[in-house]
Amino acid sequence: MKALRISTMITLALALVSGAALADGTSVSANEEVAPSDAEVARRAFLENDQCYQCHLEDENLPEHFFIDDIHMQANLSCAGCHGGDPASDDDEESMSEEAGFLGVPSRSEVPEFCGRCHSDIEFMRRYQPRIPTDQVNRYSTSLHGQLLSSGDDNVANCTSCHTAHGVLPASDARSSVHPLNVPSTCNSCHGDTDHMAGYDIPTDQYEQYAKSVHGVALLEKEDTGAPACNDCHGNHGALPPGISSVTQVCGHCHVNNLQFFEATPMARAFEDSELHGCEECHGNHGVARTSDEMVGTGDASVCMDCHDDGDDGSDAAGRIRAQLDSLTEVYGIALERQEEVNTKGMDDVDIGFILQEAHQSLIQARTLVHTFDPERVGPRTREGVEKSKSAIEIAESTIQEYSFRRRGFGMGTLFITILVIALFFRIRQMESS
Amino acid sequence: MSMSSHDSIGQRLFGWVDERFRIAPLIEFLRHKKVPMHRHTVWYYMGGVALFLFIVQVITGILLILYYKGDEATAFESVRFITTKVKFGWLIRSLHSWSANFMVFFVFVHMFSTFFARAFRKPRELTWMTGFLLLALAMGFGFTGYLLPWNELAYFATKVGTDITGAVPLIGNMAKLVLRGGEDVTGATLSRFYAIHIAILPALFSVLLGLHLIFVQRLGMHEPSFVEKLPPERKKMIPFFPNFLLRDMLLWLIVLNILLYLSVYFPWEIGEKADMFASAPEGIRPEWYFMFMFQTLKLIPAHVLLIEGEVLGIVGFGLVGVAWMFVPFWEKAIPSAKSRRTILVIGIISVTFIIGMTIWGYLV
Repeated sequence: MKALRISTMITLALALVSGAALADGTSVSANEEVAPSDAEVARRAFLENDQCYQCHLEDENLPEHFFIDDIHMQANLSCAGCHGGDPASDDDEESMSEEAGFLGVPSRSEVPEFCGRCHSDIEFMRRYQPRIPTDQVNRYSTSLHGQLLSSGDDNVANCTSCHTAHGVLPASDARSSVHPLNVPSTCNSCHGDTDHMAGYDIPTDQYEQYAKSVHGVALLEKEDTGAPACNDCHGNHGALPPGISSVTQVCGHCHVNNLQFFEATPMARAFEDSELHGCEECHGNHGVARTSDEMVGTGDASVCMDCHDDGDDGSDAAGRIRAQLDSLTEVYGIALERQEEVNTKGMDDVDIGFILQEAHQSLIQARTLVHTFDPERVGPRTREGVEKSKSAIEIAESTIQEYSFRRRGFGMGTLFITILVIALFFRIRQMESS
Repeated sequence: MSMSSHDSIGQRLFGWVDERFRIAPLIEFLRHKKVPMHRHTVWYYMGGVALFLFIVQVITGILLILYYKGDEATAFESVRFITTKVKFGWLIRSLHSWSANFMVFFVFVHMFSTFFARAFRKPRELTWMTGFLLLALAMGFGFTGYLLPWNELAYFATKVGTDITGAVPLIGNMAKLVLRGGEDVTGATLSRFYAIHIAILPALFSVLLGLHLIFVQRLGMHEPSFVEKLPPERKKMIPFFPNFLLRDMLLWLIVLNILLYLSVYFPWEIGEKADMFASAPEGIRPEWYFMFMFQTLKLIPAHVLLIEGEVLGIVGFGLVGVAWMFVPFWEKAIPSAKSRRTILVIGIISVTFIIGMTIWGYLV
């Protein structure tokens, strides 16, 4: 009877899991029967004989957030894989005895070492994922989280805080708490919690700032996983806030040219000497906004004027660079309008498009060269872009003229044909009446 | 014909030619050829318009050949070059495309007007048959020409079209291989279609068109029975040359103006270059004049009485086509009292079917 009940429950549990998978997009018509894969058949057989799982399932005592597709469960590393014990015995006193190697539930401070028993073991991990790193625990111990944990602060994040304990999925799985799209909310579950963060003296609005930033919009709204999440700047297991000496390198990891240009300027040394945070001083950190030309120059929105004074060398350079950028954006904007006009008229704008791509490239390069803070280096690029934009405008105007020429030509042709038709009509009438 | 020193240059030139080739009797023949005038005379112009459009096709086609490159790697680019760089290339290309469609349309109108008027009857059996073959060739021009810009839509439509050819019993697979120049639509197909489009079809078309025109001139215009029955003094006739020809030209000028309007305001699209490895885009459909057959084939069930639906459809269209071409011969078997009504009913059913299926094809 018990065996029957257990097998019914397994069937139900598996049916639920299969249902969830179908709801996830694996659409299969109602009448279609999907044959389970060999691996799935093996897993079902394994679970049927796993007494830890069977009893906890029967007692409705599965751990919080338990997920049957947990990556360990998929590899047949069930409860005993981490907690020890004898999964073959259905006697709980026997299966969860010290003799059976039962380890119990680790405390929060024990979790890193608990996970590290396998994840730091190269030989063991090779049997499952040969390419996976095995230095997570070491790196964790260097992180601020790890340091605080070892100093006795149980409140900080450990492995399970980010990966969960019983619903671990690979980062490539969109359902995973550490999938790039989910990382910000995973970090925010602690860092955005004012109660949890009380006593650490750091802000809790990073997520709000990040979500509105150019990075956050790209990742969270456009789902562009190329955009950085928290871990791309702060690290994963070795998470640390970037310091004054490293913040520029962190940004420069992606913004390579900006870093090179900036580092070659006297400003880089001056920033360090003044203990200024490189990129962050102008662009901010979590709330980094989309850049605009207004950030350069001597206007109200200029970040240059946050440090420079009117009339000093820096403000002169900023003013000249801004004028160079404006000269290009103005002509480029006109060229885009002309291209649109050509397009609207149904004329060919492919060549214009190619030239404007080059002009846009010049604009991007000029904006990147702003990080040299040298008008002599920005100028040639903006002039190049202006020339290209002008050339595009020239082609666009000649195309628009061609458009008018065609219509005028058609008008004249129609007039000529109409005169011919009328002349023929009267000629025929004259012939036939005579 | 003697020439005096007072003759104009034109008369002297004509005299020079006439002395050698005796063309005066031909002109006399045309001058004496009469065209009946009645309430259905308008249909006489349809063939003339189709002929004019064919002339437009020949002229614009020759101009396009100067720049077009019938090769997989360069075909699309050469069409793009013609429409964007060549002086008036855009106009020539658009005229060629619009005129092609108009030509097929007017050939259809010409054929059905002839059918309804029962003008295919003795002695015009061969005029009808050559006309029908000219329609088939015009559709062949359309089918082969459609692929030449080597754009996405044309590529996949040709794939579907040649697949349908492959379903013809017995010779289908071989015909498909010959048309495609291999198993699939490739650059080899493009080369073949180009050769067929600019050499084989024009040669056949010219011969048939010449015969068709000779037959028309030799036999004169068909008179509907209500004109035929009139006494000669009550029949209104006009000379073919120059009166009817001038009327023809008047209509040609109007058609030319419409073609120019469409070419300037609705230039023919170039589309996206064909990519043999891309998946087929949505909305693949043949040219409109194949649509009724395409739609019918789509509607036939996969199997009808153990016969494959597609095969049944193709064989059916083939048989109907043959029957249509030989209508002058089997129509004689219909009692004369019933002939008019029978032809009228068949004609109406055919026109309704073609128009209905075409509209349906575009709606789905």
